[in-house]
Amino acid sequence: MSEPEIGIIDQVVSQEYKYGFSTDIEMETAPIGLSEDTVRFISAKKNEPEWLLEWRLKAYRNWLKMEAPTWQNFSYPKVDYQKVIFYAAPKQKITLDSLDQVDPELLKTFEKLGISLLEQKRLTGVAVDAVFDSVSIATTFKEQLKEKGVIFCAISEAVHEHPELIKKYLGSVVPATDNYYAALNSAVFSDGSFVYIPKGVRCPMELSTYFRINAENTGQFERTLIIADDESYVSYLEGCTAPMRDENQLHAAVVELVAMEKAEIKYSTVQNWYPGDKDGKGGIYNFVTKRGSCEGAFSKISWTQVETGSAITWKYPSCILKGDNSAAEFFSVAVTNNRQVADTGTKMIHIGKNTKSRIVSKGISAGFSQNSYRGLVKINKNASMARNYTQCDSMLIGDKCGAHTFPYIEVNNNTATLEHEASTSKIGEDQIFYCNQRGIALEEAISLIVNGFCKEVLNQLPMEFAVEAQKLLAVSLEGSVG
Amino acid sequence: MLSINNLKASIEGKAILNGINLDIKPGEVHAIMGPNGAGKSTLSSVLAGRSDYEVNDGSALFMGKDLLALSPEDRAREGLFLAFQYPVEIPGVSSTNFLKTAINEKRKYLGLDPMEATDFLKFMKLKMEEMEMDKSLTSRSLNEGFSGGEKKRNEVFQMAMLEPKLCIMDETDSGLDIDALRLVSAGVNKLRTPERSFLVITHYQRLLDYIVPDFVHVLYKGRIVKSGDASLAKELEVKGYDWIKQEVESAK
Repeated sequence: MSEPEIGIIDQVVSQEYKYGFSTDIEMETAPIGLSEDTVRFISAKKNEPEWLLEWRLKAYRNWLKMEAPTWQNFSYPKVDYQKVIFYAAPKQKITLDSLDQVDPELLKTFEKLGISLLEQKRLTGVAVDAVFDSVSIATTFKEQLKEKGVIFCAISEAVHEHPELIKKYLGSVVPATDNYYAALNSAVFSDGSFVYIPKGVRCPMELSTYFRINAENTGQFERTLIIADDESYVSYLEGCTAPMRDENQLHAAVVELVAMEKAEIKYSTVQNWYPGDKDGKGGIYNFVTKRGSCEGAFSKISWTQVETGSAITWKYPSCILKGDNSAAEFFSVAVTNNRQVADTGTKMIHIGKNTKSRIVSKGISAGFSQNSYRGLVKINKNASMARNYTQCDSMLIGDKCGAHTFPYIEVNNNTATLEHEASTSKIGEDQIFYCNQRGIALEEAISLIVNGFCKEVLNQLPMEFAVEAQKLLAVSLEGSVG
Repeated sequence: MLSINNLKASIEGKAILNGINLDIKPGEVHAIMGPNGAGKSTLSSVLAGRSDYEVNDGSALFMGKDLLALSPEDRAREGLFLAFQYPVEIPGVSSTNFLKTAINEKRKYLGLDPMEATDFLKFMKLKMEEMEMDKSLTSRSLNEGFSGGEKKRNEVFQMAMLEPKLCIMDETDSGLDIDALRLVSAGVNKLRTPERSFLVITHYQRLLDYIVPDFVHVLYKGRIVKSGDASLAKELEVKGYDWIKQEVESAK
């Protein structure tokens, strides 16, 4: 009975300290534990309207009746929600003077990740943060977006500025009662992004949390809602490259996408949360519910994810293909090492006629890690001529890790066409030696082989974003960082 | 260039090389011939540094350095190239990307700056024209779906790109029809220079019609039992290996 309990998010403050942030940060926190009062506290902090508080409370009451799911292919310590602080926000922004004040280990990690110096400074909260605060960049983009009528703001802001949209769409794709963690999120979500693309508008730039002020200070229960109205297009990139501040946290985010007629949403994630140390101590539990609804005819939703971090990744970015002729894609790379676990995949629910979905999943396991693909393709009775193509490939590095595939298929219409391909490969010693013999050492050889293996998925990532972001930082920060 | 002295090696406790002595000078082409199981491929693997083999005795000096003390990648960076008998496929990795990585790793080792992308592409284009390679090669995944002949030509192309000092060719002729053999040999001959040396390992003499060696050595039971010039290969073609085996056995 002595199941280990872990106090997730013991103290955000102490975590900051642990990573060498020597500045004392004054935090504003909710009382420890979870109760109706906690929900009320969070809602009050955000000056939310009564209906939203009620919505949260309803979710909370439902959550109380729910049990944590147990069907996953891994075990994890029971979470004691009475030891969690559900709301913690710094009263003032963390600002360090230079990278010298940052844990050198952390900097080494960044270097390995290939994150530029400026980016490093931004991620560790050095001075650059201030620049991000200081309007100039933000306004440039906001102006440009405003011209097109695109709304891109914090969801807490949208609650006040665009209540009609929030009321209509919040919980419309992932209902508050959808699952245990979605219910929890609905009760206590702290903040997140809101995007609305008006009819006929092609969003002129990649939208990303990078461009939003204070994005990294939003809590562990993020809530994102993206609505693409008729004939609009948006590409959204979620970057979780900050390994610090997050040790031993439960991330239970919810992302909802709504694509109207002929609209297209491309949602890309690069997740690199802290994975814990090599013995599996610490790390993020990333239990996320992501779902998109292809509401309108000829709409399209495309998920691309690169999952490299977190102690446990447990998520299935899914699509409901309601509109006739709608299309959905899921491209995934999940890399696990050491004691990491990933149980990830997608659900494609075909409802409309002539709907098509495509799944390309690449799992790479190394060390003692476990990597599972779990996917559901469901063809409903009326989804005539639906098509799905699924490809899931696993690669093993070493012989202590595991790769698992759980494909579920439910077909209720005999005009459907489904294809499934799966493969498992090992990085062979022959491949490594071949690389060695051309002058390429082990680490570089593995990276080369793995990159080749994931190429199909990596090609889906918006490159412009990376270039844009770099340019943006370089130009805007010129002279401001010593 | 390469000086092998009393080299003995084994795999899983089984002795394969029983004292190899061989000197290769710059610009020389040496052919190693021998019946199956003589240790021909083992010799190339040991020189390239494959870890399955254990070196039990002897030494090998390459450009004055202790070859056997170097890691496989450092041997490559020093200028030793092995054209594989069975080149592996690496899905999703383009030849361009692979060669660029290889060249820049070598440059890093030699203390040089990495080659700029545009310079690299120019260099590769030039080499492709020189070696008469098909343009599609640049974008195709390394060896994936290549025919036997394409794989071997690609090995020779990599040789051209990496500009090694010593090229070891491990049964490059195996699995090739006569047209492919001609093409591959023509490629190799283009790469012959007064400085670059070759160690051509083959079972059959026909490859040596195209790549004419300066020296021919016969390997039998892990030893070089006979050496001669190109005419020795012709003699083997006519008489087979049995007479050499008999010679060796009766000398005991």
